[in-house]
Amino acid sequence: MAHDNLPAIFHHFHPIEDKMLQIIDNEGNVIDKKRMPELDDEIIIDAYKQMLYERIADEMAVSYQRQGRMYTYTPNIGQEAIHIAAGMHIRGEDWLVPAFREMGTLLAKGVTMKEIFLFYLGNEHGGSFRNIRNVLPMAISIGTQFHHAVGIGYAVKYQKKEEVVFTFIGDGGTSEGDFSEALNFAGVWQVPVIFTVQNNQYAISVPVQKQTRSVNLAVKSVAFGIPGIKVDGNDFFAMYLAYQIAVDYARSGRGAVLIEALTYRLGAHTTSDDPSKYRNEAEEQLWGKSDPLLRLKRYMQSAGIRAIDEEQLREQYREEIDRQFADAEQEKSYPLSDLFDHMYTDMPDELRRQKSEYEQFLSWKEKRR
Amino acid sequence: MSVMTMVKAINNALDIKLNEDQNMVIYGEDVGMGGVFRVTEGLQRKYGADRVFDSPLAESGIVGTALGMAVSGLRPIVELQFEGFTFPAFNQILSNVARIQNRSRGKYGAPVVIRFPYGGGVNALEHHSDSPEALFAHIPGLKVVIPSTPHDAKGLMIAAIESNDPIIFMEPKRIYRAMKQEVPEGKYTLPLGKARVVQEGTDITVVAFGAMIRECQTAIALAQQAGISVELIDLRSIYPIDREAIRTSVRKTGRMIVVAEAHESFSVGSELIAIANEEAFLYLEAPPRRIGGFDTIVPLAQGEPYYLISPERIFYEIGKTIHF
Ligand SMILES: Cc1ncc(C[n+]2csc(CCOP(=O)(O)OP(=O)(O)O)c2C)c(N)n1
Ligand SMILES: [Mg+2]
Repeated sequence: MAHDNLPAIFHHFHPIEDKMLQIIDNEGNVIDKKRMPELDDEIIIDAYKQMLYERIADEMAVSYQRQGRMYTYTPNIGQEAIHIAAGMHIRGEDWLVPAFREMGTLLAKGVTMKEIFLFYLGNEHGGSFRNIRNVLPMAISIGTQFHHAVGIGYAVKYQKKEEVVFTFIGDGGTSEGDFSEALNFAGVWQVPVIFTVQNNQYAISVPVQKQTRSVNLAVKSVAFGIPGIKVDGNDFFAMYLAYQIAVDYARSGRGAVLIEALTYRLGAHTTSDDPSKYRNEAEEQLWGKSDPLLRLKRYMQSAGIRAIDEEQLREQYREEIDRQFADAEQEKSYPLSDLFDHMYTDMPDELRRQKSEYEQFLSWKEKRR
Repeated sequence: MSVMTMVKAINNALDIKLNEDQNMVIYGEDVGMGGVFRVTEGLQRKYGADRVFDSPLAESGIVGTALGMAVSGLRPIVELQFEGFTFPAFNQILSNVARIQNRSRGKYGAPVVIRFPYGGGVNALEHHSDSPEALFAHIPGLKVVIPSTPHDAKGLMIAAIESNDPIIFMEPKRIYRAMKQEVPEGKYTLPLGKARVVQEGTDITVVAFGAMIRECQTAIALAQQAGISVELIDLRSIYPIDREAIRTSVRKTGRMIVVAEAHESFSVGSELIAIANEEAFLYLEAPPRRIGGFDTIVPLAQGEPYYLISPERIFYEIGKTIHF
């Protein structure tokens, strides 16, 4: 099961040795010049802007939830470098098979904040992403999505298309049987799937040390015969390079890749969660120093990249996001038929009967008023 | 006596049994810090991390290992985080937990309690609002228990833990903290398989369980104003089902409706109507009816009011059956 033409980087950062691909440090200094991707300043600025947009959208979503205007929300704070780096490599026809914590990649694929808000306002139209090509809805049932990604990978290969499949999971999710099964299928079928494990250290309250005794999560690729690499998930350049190599590998028909993106969930699990119950502030502060936005900004400053007016940009994004939220709030219409219309392609009579009985009740209720 | 929510009452039941039985262990996702609904809060601190602990995030593993513990002398109580996440464990539940006793001709049993929150009405994401009791009740070898009050939750939970059969213990999350009740502080059990007559009446029998009991009580107040006398039965146990309670009540009232949030087709209501027909056919004055959820996916929050069964709807259905 040796790999022909396995890019050297997979040997160099072999997960069994627990090495991690890292290009800039917390201060934004380049520590691996050889591997620094050659990117135009404008692309770097664009990446930063996308990360900022995701961050602000998240902060605003949390505050809408606090104001009681939105239901439970799952923030992405701290994991933006992963999402935007993936987003910069995903093409229009590539597939995105999400978990539930990669908003920036959804945005890159063309999903709007309005749709995301609508979803968290409790409307399936927001979560269907039906106007965007080749993206599945979020996977709430953890792990199941990995198999779907592999199936899509098979179809892509069978149809001789050039598409690549991006899929995501959390550190906790790697404990599910579906995770290992899917990696095994992917190895056997050699499908063009890029599996990303966002290791943000926690599954709600459970630290990753209680999920596995493996030295890291990338090493789980080894048993299934697919290349894996552990990457600093808060380092935009490292993530960018990892996806560049993985996409090239998968698109050229060599098979699947597993990327472990080491990061930290800077926020709560969801707006219903209180992390102070299970982790301490010192730890949060330590990881705060590795905030991916800070690190990229520091790099941009020291590399002398044209400064952007961040305050003005924040203001602009806030206004734009608020407009999208208002649009989503306005779209409160939810007809009874929405429950029934999408259940089957050929609606059974039983559903028609249930609906019409319910309509009789509604008209009785109306008269009673 | 002490005033408790259902969360507190279940916690109290677990506490009493952990204290009494050194072979009992509790585990599941986030259980160490108390679980996402805080049902196991404080127990790890009190009994130690070898008796109350977090498991890796893998439901099939949680239930499969519980079977292994049970056949070797432990009493595992496992938490699955939401009803929608029982399904990765379904194979272990159906193929093994429910069958090991019979398969081993009684050599090994599976005294396991599998507990999880279920049901709608909390504005949740998909897989967090379902009522899958019929799926579990259909599996031979399992007992399925659903409390509707803090008092019942404690007594039923202790009985479930003491039972030598595997128990599916479904907790109606909507009323986890919605009501408080005086609950005895000490140990007591309620018999598994016995329904409770919540309120006596003469014109119609309403059968429900879990969070629907409260909705029915509100509806019954409306019915009373309209001069209708309703008998309300809380099933408490889905399997075994209390055939005797249905027989007695429906023979008396001659009418029955079943109120349950699960999809109507192939539901507990369907089973109860079969029992009413078998046990009280000649006493019936109107066709027994099911009031259930649609045969649709439980919608997200904006659509959920259509799906949920309101007291007004129950009142309407009572009226329809009375005036049949
Ligand atoms: C099959 C399944 N089990 C349990 C849950 C409940 N749950 C939601 S998120 C979560 C923790 C996930 O942790 P991780 O995989 O690390 O992803 P993260 O939330 O950190 O992004 C759990 C247990 C679920 N959604 N699906
Ligand atoms: Mg995690």
